[in-house]
Amino acid sequence: MTTPKLELQGVSKAFDDKPVLREVDLVVAPHEVVCLIGSSGSGKSTMLKCVNLLVPIDEGSVLLDGADITASGVNANQVREEMGIVFQAFNLFPHMTVLDNITLSPRKVHGTRKAQAEDKARELLEGFGLSDKVDEYPDRLSGGEQQRVAVIRALATEPELMLFDEVTSALDPELVAEVLNVIRALKDDGMTMVIATHEMGFARDVADQVCFLDQGRILEHGPPRQIFSSPSEARTEQFLQRIIDAGRL
Amino acid sequence: MSDQTPIEEVGGGPSLFGPPRAPRGREEGTRAALIAFVSTIVFVVVVVGAILTSDAWPAVQKQFFNWERFVEVFPDILGGFWLDIKMFLVAEVIILVFSLVIAMIRSLRGPAFFPLRALAVIFIDLIRGIPVILLILLLGFGIPALQLPGVPTGALFWGLTALIISYSAYTAEVYRAGIESVHESQRMSARSLGLTQGQALRYVIVPQAIRNVIPALLNGFVSLQKDVALVLVLGVREAVREADIYAAKTFNYTGYIAAALLFLLVSVPVARFTDWYTNRDRRKKQSVGI
Repeated sequence: MTTPKLELQGVSKAFDDKPVLREVDLVVAPHEVVCLIGSSGSGKSTMLKCVNLLVPIDEGSVLLDGADITASGVNANQVREEMGIVFQAFNLFPHMTVLDNITLSPRKVHGTRKAQAEDKARELLEGFGLSDKVDEYPDRLSGGEQQRVAVIRALATEPELMLFDEVTSALDPELVAEVLNVIRALKDDGMTMVIATHEMGFARDVADQVCFLDQGRILEHGPPRQIFSSPSEARTEQFLQRIIDAGRL
Repeated sequence: MSDQTPIEEVGGGPSLFGPPRAPRGREEGTRAALIAFVSTIVFVVVVVGAILTSDAWPAVQKQFFNWERFVEVFPDILGGFWLDIKMFLVAEVIILVFSLVIAMIRSLRGPAFFPLRALAVIFIDLIRGIPVILLILLLGFGIPALQLPGVPTGALFWGLTALIISYSAYTAEVYRAGIESVHESQRMSARSLGLTQGQALRYVIVPQAIRNVIPALLNGFVSLQKDVALVLVLGVREAVREADIYAAKTFNYTGYIAAALLFLLVSVPVARFTDWYTNRDRRKKQSVGI
């Protein structure tokens, strides 16, 4: 068996004695797409931030390519270069143009030359149909365009793992598809991804594995067909029923 | 989402002439302007008339608004005021840089930076708790009295240093408020891209923070521009000191008025500019959809 791209072993995290993650185990194979579903506050977002080391964990460990990245002495900045993360909102730096947003990390962290970083950024923008936005400031873009630029920015450092934290939750409904299509394109390219989402239809389409989080635990996980059509846990069923009642599945 | 009311029609923010007004028709506007104009004229005529016809006016004029005295003292005061301006410019530049460094240190996270953070907090608390004038006296008279080899003894140098230290503590807090006003996601985004804490502050947080606190910084400018006069307690011959010397010699206070006029000449435009900038900035923010 190949080494998993990402592995969580008994990860726990509490904020001020309030447990947010309880002994979470997860294995993500290379090129696998994992969707995290569950109601708000179930720990999806915290889990992604723990993987990115933006939130220190209390117990357990996180392994990237088999190496423990939560061990003491690990350089968090180096680890973060290996993965990209996109958040729900406020991703882009409003005082920089699209081009500067994308080239900041390659230039300052990776020491790429300016011209080279910009060529690469333009290439990526063109690939995602955003060539005409190169010199725009973020507040001139639609929410969907902003999120697509945020994805491109995360891709600019050539990560091998992408994390998405409810990237469409703050968007107008008609802008959701354009962002989800970007993620679909990444799947086609074989990107390993962990995606926290409320878009159940998307999760069903794109995921190789769906995890249902409830009160900080992964209550149930499996292929989307199994989770969505015949969940074994009552809580999962309740959650999905509420989504169906809301007309979102 | 995009159906915002055009901001211009709401009647603008608070203006120089009063609180925000409700939108209204053109005719009503002209009428209101006319009423404001007439009532202002009447008001000024009444007040000025009352002052000029009062029994005390001749004495007041002789003591404070004496033209011959004014002509006599003005060159000295202008020379002193030029020194005030130079002190202000030098101090302000140093304050803006020094206080930003303090604020950045205070904003560092993580247990490793605790000693530095604590130092910044102690500095800010101590300095803000001491009257500026006391700090000026302490450094301006105290340090030269030590006669340490290689340490400057000039009153001007130490007076200015005291002002810089004092204002830096306040300005650091202004910057810190700005740094904290930048959304947490910005810091997270920056860190997630592999930027170090310092890089995140420098390239992402601080540029936005400064933009947010420019009005508060400009207010600090106005304040410092006047407070540089405090070094007069050390005998530095700036504008107020010159006026003081003249008053002591002649028992005439026209020099104070001359100095006041010079200070006003600089501080009022800066205050107006601050207001204008703040309003423009707010309108710009309001016109951007969330």
